[in-house]
Amino acid sequence: MNQESEIDDRNVESEHSGDGTPEAGLAPPPVADAGSQTPEVATTGAEKLAEVIVVTSGKGGVGKTTSSASIAVGLARRGKKVAVIDFDVGLRNLDLILGCERRVVYDFVNVIHGECTLKQALIKDKRHDTLFVLAASQTRDKDALTKDGVERVLTELRDDGFDYIVCDSPAGIEKGAYLAMYFADCAVVVVNPEVSSVRDSDRILGLLASKTRRAELGAAPVAQHLLLTRYNPSRVATGDMMSIDDVKDILGIEVVGVIPESEGVLAASNAGVPVILDDESNAGQAYEDAVARLLGEQRTMRFIDAPKKGLFSRLFGG
Amino acid sequence: MGIFDFLRSRNKHSASIAKERLRIIVAQERSQRGAPDYLPLLRREILEVIRKYVNVDMEAVDVHLENDGTHSVLELSVALPGQPPGMQGLRAEG
Repeated sequence: MNQESEIDDRNVESEHSGDGTPEAGLAPPPVADAGSQTPEVATTGAEKLAEVIVVTSGKGGVGKTTSSASIAVGLARRGKKVAVIDFDVGLRNLDLILGCERRVVYDFVNVIHGECTLKQALIKDKRHDTLFVLAASQTRDKDALTKDGVERVLTELRDDGFDYIVCDSPAGIEKGAYLAMYFADCAVVVVNPEVSSVRDSDRILGLLASKTRRAELGAAPVAQHLLLTRYNPSRVATGDMMSIDDVKDILGIEVVGVIPESEGVLAASNAGVPVILDDESNAGQAYEDAVARLLGEQRTMRFIDAPKKGLFSRLFGG
Repeated sequence: MGIFDFLRSRNKHSASIAKERLRIIVAQERSQRGAPDYLPLLRREILEVIRKYVNVDMEAVDVHLENDGTHSVLELSVALPGQPPGMQGLRAEG
């Protein structure tokens, strides 16, 4: 589906821009009644406001940063103007996954403290003209982020005409995670089919429903989407891993994407190229599908069935 | 299924065990969600008071907070020993 050469910089978005995607920003989760839950905050009046997407999970190491990078790139490839912000103060990593670590001069905290302008701190992606990265600070000061500061940055991004702001949350439920989700319109909850990840995700879903600005204002709730990562269809088939339906049943929200466990993910982070740009890998294609679904497209889930076994492996197990 | 699968069928249905455990713990944690932080302490102190008079189990006190729009109802159920399953109820409003 992606005929364009991904290696070729700066020409990727043209065919996708502007067509087919609903104006009201991200689609509400499929479970919701389509009529009643349009994210009205995203389209107040004539001027379209940027949609704030938080990528969160509670548990660490489940693939938040990998997912943030791929979602941001996926949106930018469709011609959207996207800012992706690393909220993990003290443990900056998004820049590595996006391959721009050597171009970080100013960071999120510098902007909040007024030590530079937002424009100076935004790093333009080498591959996509409409993608900008705001790196986390490496300071050890846990209180470096403030709610006012974050709000100012988000407002300025909106005023600058950004379509989407992707907030890469740190693990845990401390201040960084709280601030990453506070202003969100939409949440992508990254979950592995594994007990501690699922439990932590449920905790996060509870916080999204109570500790966000939308919750406090009594506005339409933050739209919640599950993104299953490290999914291994063969292990699901043998009963050693929870299935998509198992996780969906427990958490009670719809699944926006299933990313199979794939060698491509490590290869992509090694290279500093988000895995969504690797059309060869199943994970890359699955991220592409997930972004399409976030934008309201209907796509059937791929890579969720175990590969067919040959006679040999059927006899001897495999 | 390979013919040698019996050799490694040790943790055959671990996924269903995981699901069952999660179902229970998630339901329990959801029921406590949004409840004030003092509820566990309240529960413990009530239990201590009751234990001065009756020897009840740690699990005997069940604290529920229900939000009813304008007011919330704090419901306490205390299972006393040596009585039929129908619980002796205490109710307080606040």
